[in-house]
Amino acid sequence: MKKYLNDNPLPFCKGCGHSLVSENTEKALNNLGIKPLDVILVTDIGCHGIIDKAFQTHTVHGLHGRSVALASGVSAGLNNPDKKVLVFLGDGGATIGMQHIINAAHYNYNMTVVIHNNFLYGMTGGQPSEFTPLGFKTPTLSEGADHSNYDICKIVAAAGANYVRRIIGIGDFSEQLTEAFSVKGFSLIEIIEICTSYAVKANPGMKLGKVAEKAGLVAKLYVNEDKKAFVTKVNNAHESLIEQIKVMTVNYKSNIKKPVRIMISGSAGEGVQVAAELLAKSAIISGLNSTKKGSYPVTVGVGFSSSEVIISPEPIKYTGFPSPEILFITSQDGLDYAKATISKMTENDCIYLDNSLNNPETKAKIIKHDYRNKTGSKYASIYALLYYINSSGIFPKEAFYDTFVQNMNSSKVDITTLLN
Amino acid sequence: MNDTNQKIGFIDNSRLITESLVKAGADVFVGYPITPANLLYYYANKRFPSFFAAPDEITTVQLMTGFSACSRIPVTATSFPGFALMIESINMAYMMELPMVIVLVQRLGPATGSATGGAQGDISMVSNIISGGLAIPVFSVSDPVDNWKISAKCVEMAVKLRTPVILITSKEEVMTQFSFDLNKLDEIKPIQRKFYEKDEAFKPYLADESLIPQFLPLTNTKHQVRYTASTHNSNGILQNSTKEALDNTERLHNKNIMHIKDYTFFKYDKQEGAEILIISYGITSMAAINAVETLRIEGIKISLLIVKTLFPIPIEYYNIVDEYNKIIFAEENLTGQYRKAMFGNQPSNKISGVNKMGKMIDPEEIVLKFKELVRETRTKEMGGVNSEQ
Ligand SMILES: Cc1ncc(C[n+]2csc(CCOP(=O)(O)OP(=O)(O)O)c2C)c(N)n1
Ligand code: SF4
Repeated sequence: MKKYLNDNPLPFCKGCGHSLVSENTEKALNNLGIKPLDVILVTDIGCHGIIDKAFQTHTVHGLHGRSVALASGVSAGLNNPDKKVLVFLGDGGATIGMQHIINAAHYNYNMTVVIHNNFLYGMTGGQPSEFTPLGFKTPTLSEGADHSNYDICKIVAAAGANYVRRIIGIGDFSEQLTEAFSVKGFSLIEIIEICTSYAVKANPGMKLGKVAEKAGLVAKLYVNEDKKAFVTKVNNAHESLIEQIKVMTVNYKSNIKKPVRIMISGSAGEGVQVAAELLAKSAIISGLNSTKKGSYPVTVGVGFSSSEVIISPEPIKYTGFPSPEILFITSQDGLDYAKATISKMTENDCIYLDNSLNNPETKAKIIKHDYRNKTGSKYASIYALLYYINSSGIFPKEAFYDTFVQNMNSSKVDITTLLN
Repeated sequence: MNDTNQKIGFIDNSRLITESLVKAGADVFVGYPITPANLLYYYANKRFPSFFAAPDEITTVQLMTGFSACSRIPVTATSFPGFALMIESINMAYMMELPMVIVLVQRLGPATGSATGGAQGDISMVSNIISGGLAIPVFSVSDPVDNWKISAKCVEMAVKLRTPVILITSKEEVMTQFSFDLNKLDEIKPIQRKFYEKDEAFKPYLADESLIPQFLPLTNTKHQVRYTASTHNSNGILQNSTKEALDNTERLHNKNIMHIKDYTFFKYDKQEGAEILIISYGITSMAAINAVETLRIEGIKISLLIVKTLFPIPIEYYNIVDEYNKIIFAEENLTGQYRKAMFGNQPSNKISGVNKMGKMIDPEEIVLKFKELVRETRTKEMGGVNSEQ
């Protein structure tokens, strides 16, 4: 009586090596004594993959080449070393999905990968894979392969698998399968096979052992170690992201009647984003609504850094920013970045420009001041903001003071001196 | 904002989406970094019970499917380049009927395009990612309260319908910080899952009149479970084109259509007497709201439809459209992707678009379009010839 296979006939061509793998798997699982429903067979796309219907274990049949990645998810999802995750894939699937095999070996997921290496793509008509040995012929390769094959065992051994073995898939190899299946962590067994439909005619008189030997595919045990298998971390006690938010109380009052759009444009590492956030938060504790966006190059540590803040007595829905009413420019990077913006500004708008910079061509009013040298370039943006808050009375400067103290307690700059 | 009953925080939508997904029951995040989805990745890393840094986006969805088959609820967040790699695997999960949520943060394409540029350019793509054109739920979120509510809905619908669900947003929506009254966030309850409980043999793809089959995870040891992405019968056995198997594939589409009332979300701001309707969604809907406010202040009658369930397209949208003479579609892409999804490619006098690429649509542009339309209509009514024609 079969325990893991059902009574369906195996779906392969006569003499196909895939049949032997299934029969030996039945024996090996029996040797392990594992319950059929503790076994999850994940199969790839290819002739070998249609075997799922012949198994009475759990079965998962996904995409071509992705079975090992899918099985990695299953293994991490089960998170139970007593379950047996088996993956059946071909040399075709191993070619297109090589990274998944390397990755699974590297993570040491609990699973056994059984590579059905028949040197070609059976299901699609016998085309070569990257496992086709030099000189091996297929229906689409009558001259024979012009380059040598991958050695998956060496690759996977290097990636950190716990167990790697290659066998020639003839006769009874259930002992070797049993050994591979009983490993905790990642094990891989490569089975050298024959595709009777496409390989035999193209390579008359071929002997499997000889082909393997010529290709440098040694049938042996490569690795047998006991490194710790992957365990999925589960932590249900993380703090809510909403609880973490600092709730702000409105302690001040602003008299502005309509939204003000403010842009700060400076250099990376010069506190532009921090200044913008302080501005937005000060506005909030002055009873206003506020939004903030940042812009910077992907290499965040160099070049420009710019931020757009809207403060408004009304709720802000549209956060777009046609052009600012107030623009702070604290460095040459900032000036270069803001060029297009500056050209759109009108006579009602105002640019606060550092003394070190040349006046750009603009209709907006320019107010020059020494922002960089007063407190060092790192605080140029904050200083410029303070200068503006003080002179415009947009909201009380105490609001900025409070926000600064609350958010920048480790800062070396003395806000009281700045305020004066 | 002076109301003392308010609890004001300075937040962003990435935070709201992440928290909402977890509260609703999502419990594993698998991600591969990509701007502008990195803030979601960052929050997920701090908040999800399990977090996985995948080596690529194909692996991402494969891992998610494996988790889902073991009854966990996986989420990922990506942008077009990653999403493109995921499509075959999303089809796989769809065929296997395994729930998951994919957050697609749009950025400016094609290809790598501009990582930090906003866009609404992936609407046509998501409308048809399932081969055969089968229906998959796609939601678009706009204001913060929607981000909170609809993210949880994504989890609920993914589990209920047993399907991958896509939440589509964009760079500006997930990266902008804003002041927000936290009291506006309603409580979210985790989804309660029901598994197959009978003794009779389990048929993984046998569905009752709800068209949704019962679920059993691979962790169970009572019944054999088969998940397959190949065309299959109710037992999960590969069959090429038997009637049973084709009916099963058709059911995948029909179940998502049949239950659409459970997940139809839109906001219809109707003004009596208005003859023109503005339709928008996502980031541009915020500009549309502003434009409508401006027009109404001028005493002009105008209605607004903000669509939140993008696909499958709910019939209600067409019923609303039928009430108007003219429609203006505002969306941040060159070709009017949602407009075309709703009305096809044929040019129409009734429907026009405000479209733009590489920059947010300004409310003023919608107002101008409206005025231009009104002028054109008047010219025609007076029998005159519009100089533009
Ligand atoms: C992404 C993708 N590309 C190509 C195919 C077509 N295809 C199906 S099976 C197969 C090759 C199968 O060869 P192998 O994995 O060696 O298995 P075998 O048929 O030899 O058992 C290919 C290329 C596919 N299904 N999916
Ligand atoms: S085509 Fe080749 S690999 Fe496929 S079943 Fe037949 S013999 Fe086996």
